Amino acid sequence: MTLESIAAPEVRGLNLGQPVIDVDINCTVPSIEALYPYLTEHWREYITTSAFKGAIDTSYPRGAPTTALSGTTPEKGPAGSSLELVQKQVLDAWNVEYGILNCYYAVDGLHNPDTAATMASAVNDWLRAEWLERDSRLRASILVGPRVPEMAAKEIDRVGDHPGFVQVLLPVMSEGPYGHRRYWPIMEAAERHDLVVSLQFGGAPGNPPTGAGWPSYYLEDYVTMSQIFQTQLLNLVVEGVFDQFPKLRIAFVESGWTWLPSYLWRIDKDWKGLRREVPWNKQVPSEYVKERMKFSLQPLDASPDPRHMTMLLDQLGSDDLLMFSTDYPHWQFDTPEQALPVGLSETQRRKILSENARAFYRF
Amino acid sequence: MSRHVVCQAQELPPGGRKIVEVRGRTVGVFNVNGTYYALLNRCPHRNAPLCQGVVTGLVQGPEPYKIEFSRDGEVLRCPWHGWEFDITNGRSVFNPHRIRAKSYDVAVEPADAPDDDPSIETFPVVVEQNIVVLYLGRSRPNRLPASSVGTNRAGTTRAASTEVRE
Repeated sequence: MTLESIAAPEVRGLNLGQPVIDVDINCTVPSIEALYPYLTEHWREYITTSAFKGAIDTSYPRGAPTTALSGTTPEKGPAGSSLELVQKQVLDAWNVEYGILNCYYAVDGLHNPDTAATMASAVNDWLRAEWLERDSRLRASILVGPRVPEMAAKEIDRVGDHPGFVQVLLPVMSEGPYGHRRYWPIMEAAERHDLVVSLQFGGAPGNPPTGAGWPSYYLEDYVTMSQIFQTQLLNLVVEGVFDQFPKLRIAFVESGWTWLPSYLWRIDKDWKGLRREVPWNKQVPSEYVKERMKFSLQPLDASPDPRHMTMLLDQLGSDDLLMFSTDYPHWQFDTPEQALPVGLSETQRRKILSENARAFYRF
Repeated sequence: MSRHVVCQAQELPPGGRKIVEVRGRTVGVFNVNGTYYALLNRCPHRNAPLCQGVVTGLVQGPEPYKIEFSRDGEVLRCPWHGWEFDITNGRSVFNPHRIRAKSYDVAVEPADAPDDDPSIETFPVVVEQNIVVLYLGRSRPNRLPASSVGTNRAGTTRAASTEVRE
């Protein structure tokens, strides 16, 4: 039996009884040629005649089961590269009021800061022209090269006032933790344009994805990503980012969130004895998280026992933290019926499906 | 309220501390810049011997990366988990309204004060010297710095004795 002979399951959404806000639609640059209209003659010539063919994304390798739901790959190009399919399989299928496009094009892996900035600008202009201006339901994240934060801030200033861009995309794997003051120009620019800063799955900084060095398997690469989110979360709080930028909001996208309760307990506990290191923190760390951060719903790392989900939601200590996401075209839930946690109250459901994101992104 | 003689004032100079056992309780008596304070020697967190911790100052950060150190000698850091308490009122630094160490009244009195209770005169008292006296109970002596001790009772402070555990 060949792979082709297996019928792909139908890609469908679900009527959830109300319009939803999907905060994580992954869209993909189909090919380097797609960016040519947004690159200067110099760069077109450089790409044509050199070995450089744009940034290479390895966070979602082709063929890995997490990368694309069956049936999401268009006739031409990779999954997530077709506006028509995104409209049909996400926006229409889920009755999406607003959908946020996250295009992780791995410019953070480029060591030449000018190349990274050029490619990021091209992607943002491509998003604006070929996605945002073709469907009024779409919003997008601004791609930046985070290695030189001042250049990232310039890009945020260049496109940040376009109403279609609602946040900045930073890959969660980074050269150093994002709370550090070297990254503050990015935070400052985001706050200046009233944009959310989002940390998202993946990244190509050259660091191993764990403090224990390089793991062997993709499974490890994928699962341990939540540990990097944890590192970033604590660092953002204790370096004083939320104190320094009082209007800044930070989203974690594809971070998972079921680890939050125990992690926040641990932080709060140890902060009590060590707070003199970071006396600019004016409240318990978990309070900053609850006031200034939100998390995309998928992937949902749930226990098979539905009672545990109810306990987890209670342990979160807030109904305001989660935002609905399909994570399209990634393969994070087996069926649309499993897109939402079980046992939600009406209020929790409404908040997760749209109200948390509406408040956070100022829709 | 019961009254307990701790020691002679000269035994507890500014910056000094004395841990005493009074009616089954261990209490730390501190002289902070000439004013006396007493805390139960038990951290509200895990019952550690709080009063054996480092006496330090208040670390504050008006903005990220800016650290201010003030009130040297007025903060006590628990030896077990580092929770910090304001010696002058027992309140924790990180959550002053909810977490407190139990505190008591301390006064410096003339050794020949008329209300000295002879029954607890178990400590040697030199009549010419002032003595440090610890009060367990509810009434509140007037607050006076030790340097201005006269013929009347000199007091320091007493915070509400509510203990809150987390």
